Amino acid sequence: MMVKTIFSGFGGQGVLMMGYALAHGAMSAGYHVTFLPAYGAEVRGGTANCTVAVSDDEIASPIASKPDNIVVLNAPSLLTFQNRLAPGGALFLNSSIIAVEPSRHDVRIFKIPSSELAEKLGNPRTANTVMMGAFLKITGLVPPDIFLSSMETVMGSKKKSVIEINHKAFAAGYEFLKIAE
Amino acid sequence: MNKVLMQGNKIIGEAAIRAGCRFYAGYPITPQNEIPEYMSERLRQEEGGVFIQSESEVAAIHMVIGASAAGARAMTSSSSPGISLKQEGISSMAACELPAVIINMMRGGPGLGNISAAQGDYFQATKGGGHGDYRIIVLGPDSAQELADLTMEAFDLADRYRTPVMILADGMMGQMMEPVIFKTPKPRDYPESFIMKGAGAGKSKIIRGLILDPLDMEEHNWTLDRKYQVIAQNETRHELYKADDAELILVAYGTGARIAKGAIKRLRDLGLRAGLFRPITLWPFPTNELRDLAKKIENFLVFEMSTGKMVEDVRLAIQGRARIGFHGRPGGVVPTPVELANVVMRKYDRKEGIIDHY
Repeated sequence: MMVKTIFSGFGGQGVLMMGYALAHGAMSAGYHVTFLPAYGAEVRGGTANCTVAVSDDEIASPIASKPDNIVVLNAPSLLTFQNRLAPGGALFLNSSIIAVEPSRHDVRIFKIPSSELAEKLGNPRTANTVMMGAFLKITGLVPPDIFLSSMETVMGSKKKSVIEINHKAFAAGYEFLKIAE
Repeated sequence: MNKVLMQGNKIIGEAAIRAGCRFYAGYPITPQNEIPEYMSERLRQEEGGVFIQSESEVAAIHMVIGASAAGARAMTSSSSPGISLKQEGISSMAACELPAVIINMMRGGPGLGNISAAQGDYFQATKGGGHGDYRIIVLGPDSAQELADLTMEAFDLADRYRTPVMILADGMMGQMMEPVIFKTPKPRDYPESFIMKGAGAGKSKIIRGLILDPLDMEEHNWTLDRKYQVIAQNETRHELYKADDAELILVAYGTGARIAKGAIKRLRDLGLRAGLFRPITLWPFPTNELRDLAKKIENFLVFEMSTGKMVEDVRLAIQGRARIGFHGRPGGVVPTPVELANVVMRKYDRKEGIIDHY
């Protein structure tokens, strides 16, 4: 098994954190894993992205030319990455701020109003964690409890309240798709 | 053993600190900026730790010369254009027989090129780079684990042979995060007599690279050369992957070797028994080991993220005993394992063997 996922959004939306936490969770779950951030000349307010590869075997290339999943938090990211997604792959999009419709019809599309759900919980900055709840619900890449403990680890010595709100955000994303199905 | 997820550049920094590196000087350049960033934070916490962001790459390597002469485990790092600037100092260190570790996270070139991963600096690293009759040990890691292990080992090798040692990786290795376990480094074994810390009442110690009498210089050249021969004999390392039953061997190092491993899995699914020969030491190059392999295997294909540099060492090793093909993607392009597998299928004919017009 080899699953590659691209996470993309505005700088500041926590895109790299999503990938980092997933990679850490996959490592804790015993998988081989690579995390590759886009680096170099970027503009302030521009997009950030990263690629996470999870496999039960050694990973040759950390680059995903045909990712199995893409997770996009803003419209420019959707336009940049939707055509790379493998046929039959999963596309997760933040429907709160992405007004455009995806152009692909050969992929599974999951629209999650992650910014709205996060706002309802009282912390709009947790939209990325909401998205991770939905992402792991569908992909099952890493068990939720392992992911949550990894998230705590990579967030470092954050306040207890921050950890709590992220747990709630994750649950909101996880539950959202359960209801929708 | 504690497994952690870390970025390649930071892994090098942490491995260096654990190996006892207490002096770092460098000048920023993408894609290795996380090394100085990490060293600035960690050396601050270590007793006797010194971090200097120098005014230039040339200054950095010469600060490393000073620190090394004074007995510190010292390191500098840069990426391709910055490594070009350091060559004068590397040549001086070779002449003065001073140990140090130099990291090159290669990017696209020549010139300023770009910041993507490439392997075009092979000749510069393994064939001298600077002027004069010298060699340096060059190590080519292909994973986070090897970044850690080889960085620690680089300090030991540098001390044992009193020579600069280079880690030759690339921007992708530097930026990528992968799980790593830091092993316990060996305690340092470096004679006090080499260290410049004041002669006291004894005889003055002199470390110099300026030897004006040609006969003395010649003697020094042969002394260095004997050392390089000992290194070549004792320190050559390589990895074989699925080579036992192989009808075709890919030769690749670093990131190129990772891609080759992925390609080999696909080729074997297609029924082609491909294997990998991966030099871990780029100098000394595993010449004899590759030559031995050519006794039983007729087809080799060299893959590099360059227009073809290491392929020359492969030809020197195999000396016409087998067919050698080449595939290169220079300029910062990192091809997929699928692409490489397709290239191999195109260039390899079961009856004719490797067909290459390079």
